[in-house]
Amino acid sequence: MAMKLNPNKNVPEADGLATSEQMIAKLGDEESYLHMVSRRFFKHRLAFIGLIVFLLIILIAALAPVIAPHDPNKIFNEFEAAPSATHILGTDPVGRDVMSRLIYGAQVSISVGIGAVAIYVAIGIVLGLVAGYFGKWIDMIIMRLTDIFMSFPYFMVILVLVSIIGPSLFNITIVIGLLGWPAIARLVRGSVLSIKEMDYVKAGVALGYSTPKILFQHILPNALAPILVNATFGVASAIIMEASLSFLGMGVRPPAASWGNMLTQAESITVLSSQPWLWIPPGMMILLAVLSVNFIGDGLRDAIESQNAK
Amino acid sequence: MPSVEKKEPLLQVKNLKKYYPIKKGVISRTVGYVKAVDDVSFDIYPGETMGLVGESGCGKSTTGRSLVRLEDPTAGQVLFQGKDLASISHKEMRKLRTDLQIIFQDPYSSLNPRKRVGDLLAEPLIAHKLATKSEADKKVNEILEIVGLSKQYKNRYPHQFSGGQRQRIGIARALMLHPKLIICDEPVSALDVSIQAQVLNLLKDLQKELNLTYVFIAHGLGAVKYISDRITVMYLGKVMELATTREIFEHPKHPYTEILLNAYPIPNPHMRGRNQMVVEGDVPSPANPPKGCVFHTRCPFAKDICREKVPALTGKDHLVACHFPLEPVNA
Repeated sequence: MAMKLNPNKNVPEADGLATSEQMIAKLGDEESYLHMVSRRFFKHRLAFIGLIVFLLIILIAALAPVIAPHDPNKIFNEFEAAPSATHILGTDPVGRDVMSRLIYGAQVSISVGIGAVAIYVAIGIVLGLVAGYFGKWIDMIIMRLTDIFMSFPYFMVILVLVSIIGPSLFNITIVIGLLGWPAIARLVRGSVLSIKEMDYVKAGVALGYSTPKILFQHILPNALAPILVNATFGVASAIIMEASLSFLGMGVRPPAASWGNMLTQAESITVLSSQPWLWIPPGMMILLAVLSVNFIGDGLRDAIESQNAK
Repeated sequence: MPSVEKKEPLLQVKNLKKYYPIKKGVISRTVGYVKAVDDVSFDIYPGETMGLVGESGCGKSTTGRSLVRLEDPTAGQVLFQGKDLASISHKEMRKLRTDLQIIFQDPYSSLNPRKRVGDLLAEPLIAHKLATKSEADKKVNEILEIVGLSKQYKNRYPHQFSGGQRQRIGIARALMLHPKLIICDEPVSALDVSIQAQVLNLLKDLQKELNLTYVFIAHGLGAVKYISDRITVMYLGKVMELATTREIFEHPKHPYTEILLNAYPIPNPHMRGRNQMVVEGDVPSPANPPKGCVFHTRCPFAKDICREKVPALTGKDHLVACHFPLEPVNA
């Protein structure tokens, strides 16, 4: 570009303006939105603790083969043994080490929680973006579809579907993933409806950007905050869902270990009253996982929603 | 004043109409139309600035957006260098968009808050594969200097800038693709007066340097007078008068133009208090515009014919749509 414009000639800066610009310069050059949100997030004590607990659970799940004292499926001679030095949390009625099963159970909860949510967030984002951006009959079809999906009794449908295709870790992840998207789709559509009227989206059209580029690079990043919060809470409910299904025998099936199916043993009064090592640990783990995720969600919501307050 | 008469028009607007349906009831029956733009025609010549003025809601912004096809016209044509924007393919349109750009009114909503200024400006070049990342970066530096911003600002986010700075970033973004025509949709209305002058001067200098053509939309006559070569006066979606800036300001022929000029505050207190025509009443609803001349409900000179017959836009260089155009007053 051969232009010899002297900027100082065009834009005579008043002194006041110059100083205000210097002040803006001092304001920290690179504080991005992400920085701002994470700074606020870490100020939220419960959320911070929640994050640490949740990361620990992920770590336990990832390192299960290394840290578990025994093979979770190995049957020992002593069954229903109380906690001891060899079996820190005792053994179950079949004679398997409860501690090891608890550790391996983390893998199930984490993968269902994150896997199912990842699936339905992806579906929800795409459908919500398309519905909100294109409007008209496309919007109409997608939104009626979400209405239909939302009017199903969620738990019953999952129960039925899982019993048809067979209970397994993979299957329940897929089923929860395929049924969870309507809330996200609605959320995204709502944000898109307001964002697409913004001039920066119009500018994108005028600049000749492709529609996917506008959708995913210009609209989505501005609609992401509520999705993130919703997805976090979704992880908690997916973990509970898996535990409930496994408890009912429609989820992860023994001999594979899951916190939910470990709780099944608490159905018997003897176990409930005299063998607390069989049900308190898996119950506590579910509580801990769900609570930590919910605290993370709370913290995220506070950090994101108060974005205008300095 | 550039001699515009002999050149081929860069952009021709022919009988442009944009109607928005009004829907009512459970089954969204269309019960009527808001005639935002109703039969607007004008030509724009290379290198000139066409001012588009009128009250709020007179359809000037809709017209502007139709020119870059952010709105699809209900009827009529927008011809850019002879090509009808509404009928060309999607692919061709995307290519043409490098020639047609728009600057928005609100500098706070026109920049994506999640992108750094450097990325915002480099994006158009990369999206059209006109430059590699490092070339684009160089051009961003150049353009920032041209619009009077330091290149250190590249790593900042839009919220770290003032309104005037943001508007300059918006202008810089529109310039990245070397457009021929820029629609300025009230680019200074949201800025305070001292900054307005800076931005107007910047636009003027850029026009000279880069041989740009502007369509300058505004409701403030001051800015339009300063920057425009010709002015189109719009009222209720229709063109009332079209002439050179000088003609419009010195010899307005349409009563509406006269009233609009009178509404402009006079800085010199001794000049105030002349016999002024003042407009009364409100703008009629564009959903139900008056019959005949749309201005007759507020026009001090309205006669019977004005209530029945729509005046045609006539004249050679000074076009006016009025049955009784004002005669030049010789003081």
